[in-house]
Amino acid sequence: MILVMKKAILGVIALVILIVGQAFSEETAEQKMPLSAVRIIEKSQQAFYYQGDDMKTNVTMELIAKSGGQRTRVMSMLRRNATEGGNQKYFIYFHKPGDVRRMTFMVWKYPGKEDDRWIFVPAVDLIKRIAADDKRSSFVGSDFTYEDISGRDVAADTHSLLRSEKLAGRDFYVIESIPQEPSEYTKRLSWIDKKTLLPLKEEYYDVQNELFRVFTADKIENIKVGEGLDENVFPTVTRRTMKNLKTGHRTEVVYSSVSYNLGLKDKDFSERHMRRPPRSWIR
Amino acid sequence: MRLAKEYSWLLILLVLIQFPCLVWAQNGNDEKNIEMHGFLMGIYSLRTTGQKPGGKEGRDFLLAEERLRLDIFGWTESIEASARVKGDFLFDHVSEEFDVDLREAYLDYTTANFDFRLGRQIVTWGVGDLLFINDAFPKDWISFFAGRPLEYLKIGVDGFRTRYSSEAVNAEFLVIPRFKPDNLPTSDRFFLFDPFADVPSRFEQEPESSFENTELALRLYRRIKNFDVSAHAYRGFWRTPSMLPDNFAAPTKVTAFYPDLSVYGLSAQGSAWDGILSFETGYYHSRQDEGGNDPIIPNSQVRFLVGYQRQVWEDFTIGLQYYGEIMEDYSAYRSSLLTGFPAQEEYRDIVSLRLEQLMQHQTLLLSLFTFYSPVDKDYLFRPKIAYKILDNMSCALGANVFGGRNNTTFLGQFDKNDNIYLWVRFDF
Repeated sequence: MILVMKKAILGVIALVILIVGQAFSEETAEQKMPLSAVRIIEKSQQAFYYQGDDMKTNVTMELIAKSGGQRTRVMSMLRRNATEGGNQKYFIYFHKPGDVRRMTFMVWKYPGKEDDRWIFVPAVDLIKRIAADDKRSSFVGSDFTYEDISGRDVAADTHSLLRSEKLAGRDFYVIESIPQEPSEYTKRLSWIDKKTLLPLKEEYYDVQNELFRVFTADKIENIKVGEGLDENVFPTVTRRTMKNLKTGHRTEVVYSSVSYNLGLKDKDFSERHMRRPPRSWIR
Repeated sequence: MRLAKEYSWLLILLVLIQFPCLVWAQNGNDEKNIEMHGFLMGIYSLRTTGQKPGGKEGRDFLLAEERLRLDIFGWTESIEASARVKGDFLFDHVSEEFDVDLREAYLDYTTANFDFRLGRQIVTWGVGDLLFINDAFPKDWISFFAGRPLEYLKIGVDGFRTRYSSEAVNAEFLVIPRFKPDNLPTSDRFFLFDPFADVPSRFEQEPESSFENTELALRLYRRIKNFDVSAHAYRGFWRTPSMLPDNFAAPTKVTAFYPDLSVYGLSAQGSAWDGILSFETGYYHSRQDEGGNDPIIPNSQVRFLVGYQRQVWEDFTIGLQYYGEIMEDYSAYRSSLLTGFPAQEEYRDIVSLRLEQLMQHQTLLLSLFTFYSPVDKDYLFRPKIAYKILDNMSCALGANVFGGRNNTTFLGQFDKNDNIYLWVRFDF
């Protein structure tokens, strides 16, 4: 009991330090952009990419061409948040298609700099680093980019709150984000649900200011975490679509068997587990 | 080879016996714990030079084969044990024979910090892209030069592997009781340089399986700053044979044998300059030719490579490597060189370039890989187009184009073996 209280107190102290620290570090940024928009995006990223201490899900990705041609990727994904700086570790195991079965992929994500990425090629029992410094490049050929999967650095864009809006009975913040440096898009509009802070829709505009890519969160499930007094609920987007309006190609993603706070450790995201993932990870 | 095949069946049998045990060890859960996958593949490689070597398998086709891959995997839930058998049943139209290619067959067992693997297993070490220094494990250069998919370049070793994982250091230790040579092109199917071409009587002497001939390989590895660093040590044999004639002046019989070799080296790979930087070096200690005076056995060498790879634009990757090989005791080599044999340079190098462009949602790959040796003045170009027709169906069309100033150098000797290949694969 004492231990729990100690932990709780420490947690509160850490939180206070974090909030105060962030408030100070953002002072210069605040002069450029309204605080509320940055905060909303931060909180939204927290809800969308950083929920819980860690997470595991099975992912089915359908890549659907304009002509109707369809390809399916099935994988298990695990993610763990580091204690500081927004760093995260990701682990992905491929179940399908057959020619990549048993392949694993690990990312150590650092928001401010290049990620570390490794791939395990089971056919020759080899782990190698892969060069993919562009976070805007496509993830496994889908319409989602690496950034869409693991989050974009908040400081990479200038955010402003355009308006609040009510759609289908829900209240939204509508935020405009303009990249600081040239990017694949010139403007992004995000509809962020005021209640869950999840982005339920995003629009990406190109150099001609034409809409070319649309993200929609199609299904949200409340995932129960913990038991008794610790019980909590994490709203989670379990079905999402990214559509490219220029090519007509779209990717639909379904998360299944989502679970949070499994107690994953930092050292679990290792070469060892890339070669031989625990059964419980890839079920 | 015949012996190897018998041995293969023994391994299959051994691992197959384990499956029922594994399944039985499971306490009747609802989940299945055995699965089978595989593919059907046809591989055809046509020599484009229009010439046929004189050997008994000297056809227009370097390869013409259909393969059925079966990959069976079983595991237990209670103890972290599993077993895998992965092999190809194939019909080779060039030799007109059925064959079994047992790729891997092993048992795995895991405890707190240790992973054990017993049986036939593929091991790949080092950070080179198709250039190997600390990877002294057997390779199938026929597959590579004739256009089989890349996984066939590696041949499994039969042995016992222990892996230790901890935060301070990771280690991998291999004990290989049975020697396997590289699978090198022969004059049966390939045009190549053979200094003893006129000698009909050939023998091969592989190291016998014995305690003192057991190959040992150790790798220690961990992350240092932003780099994955490994230290390697290997004790065993050269996998390319040395040729011993019964008589140097007028040989009537040539015996191929595999001299003793140890390799010690380092490798590192990490992020740098918006890409991936690789570095590897190794000392090849030719233990049966300490002074470098033996004209039959290769001298000791220092090998190194530096590689850099980066994504230039979306789905386009470029990779560059420079590899060097310095012969020890070069003057001893020169003075003991047999008359009529081509002399190697003291320093040999290779530059490699890889260009890869993925297209159409990463289902179409255009790739070019080239080797060029500025010292030997020889080269290999490997262009390839690979396409995933469906999720479970893919194909590739590619070529191997060899050439060089001399037909005695490593790549130059294959000049007349230029080929285009096609493979089609159906996964299940």
